[in-house]
Amino acid sequence: MSRFRHLISIDDLSKDDIEHILKKTDDFLEAAMGRERPRILEGRILVNLFFEPSTRTRMSFESAMKRLGGEVINLGSVEASSVAKGESLADTVRVVSGYGDCIVIRHYREGSARFASMVSEVPVINAGDGAGQHPTQTLLDLYTIRKEVGLRGLKIALVGDLKYSRTVHSLIKALTHFKAEILLVSPEALRLPEELRENGRFAECSLDYAVENADVLYVTRIQKERFPDEDEYRKVAGSYRITARMVRDSDVLIMHPLPRVDEIAYDVDSLPNAIYFRQAFYGVPVRMAILSEVML
Amino acid sequence: MNVLTISKIRDGTVIDHIPSGKALEVLKILGIKRGSRERVSMAMNVESQKMGRKDIVKVEGKFISEEELNRISLIAPEATINIIENFEIKRKFRVSIPESVEKLLRCPNMSCISNDNKEPATPIFRIEKTDNQVVAVCVYCGKKVYEIEEYLV
Ligand SMILES: [Zn+2]
Repeated sequence: MSRFRHLISIDDLSKDDIEHILKKTDDFLEAAMGRERPRILEGRILVNLFFEPSTRTRMSFESAMKRLGGEVINLGSVEASSVAKGESLADTVRVVSGYGDCIVIRHYREGSARFASMVSEVPVINAGDGAGQHPTQTLLDLYTIRKEVGLRGLKIALVGDLKYSRTVHSLIKALTHFKAEILLVSPEALRLPEELRENGRFAECSLDYAVENADVLYVTRIQKERFPDEDEYRKVAGSYRITARMVRDSDVLIMHPLPRVDEIAYDVDSLPNAIYFRQAFYGVPVRMAILSEVML
Repeated sequence: MNVLTISKIRDGTVIDHIPSGKALEVLKILGIKRGSRERVSMAMNVESQKMGRKDIVKVEGKFISEEELNRISLIAPEATINIIENFEIKRKFRVSIPESVEKLLRCPNMSCISNDNKEPATPIFRIEKTDNQVVAVCVYCGKKVYEIEEYLV
């Protein structure tokens, strides 16, 4: 019996639901690496509806579905589809929900995934709705933390753009379930908004302090568009850049939702601190757990 | 005692204890506008023991469902309703806050799917009540609306 039919927002999940998915993910680790072949979704079809490009997320869902023996069909390029002819999202969703057993949707409008779930005949998974939600990213972040350091008694530092980053905001909401201690490391202009600090233990600190004291550094990109001029951006972004020299002597683990630009230097990759590629890999077993949850 | 408050109506609805200045919004919520056929009378800035000043609205010739009346609570949480039949008060009750409202508010978030004219995404808001404030939350994008009057459709 599924705990939820659709996955639209991390806020829809209780702590218990989250733990259930994380635990279930453990069971799919071997299969995600190709060492086991549970064909539990054999004969089922996943419909990928990506209205804006996000190759990584799409491929990760495809890999998860195929590892479980299922098939995947894609919307293809938006320009060539009926969407270009002005078809509404509602009609597209109604039609393609007859083509498969589950829809994964990424769309530029906020609330689009919720709307899709209201008109779809089959389960809908949100793979990002504009500046809104991206719950499978949050779940894979949580899984990475749980797997690598554990969620209990966690001290995590969030680094970079804490004002606009949707990934950070969703992660914070989810982490409050686990009573994590959250360190905030950001430029003044990109501080975490007050309304997101309601239920949790937060403290602002320097990057050096975070490296010394946190279990995990969760690094996000600082975008050029957030600054009035290029010089200012370079100066600020440079001071939040992670290098091997900074973290070599620390046990802190480094996460990043990827893709990165230059906020983590390449010389960090070979250190045991760097777990961002494993984090990206965990996207596959997490999505296997979610796909099987909504379809079985 | 206030003699102004009730000039008698035969059949209709009297909405009392509206915060002063909000009577027009109440009519808007009820869908009563220019060109409507109902007979409407209003008293604004009437003295009230409970509220200091209040507005009162009376509507004749239109049946208003309890569900519609409860929408008034979004801007007038203290409002009381008197249903009048044949000059008598048939029923009296206080409005209660609905769990959700449809097609009443529009989402302030222009990126929200409910603001895409192409889509049949009916604006729906979940109503939440904190200590002394009513908040409408867009079911699609999660945007919270505190200034409800500004977003009446
Ligand atoms: Zn909205």
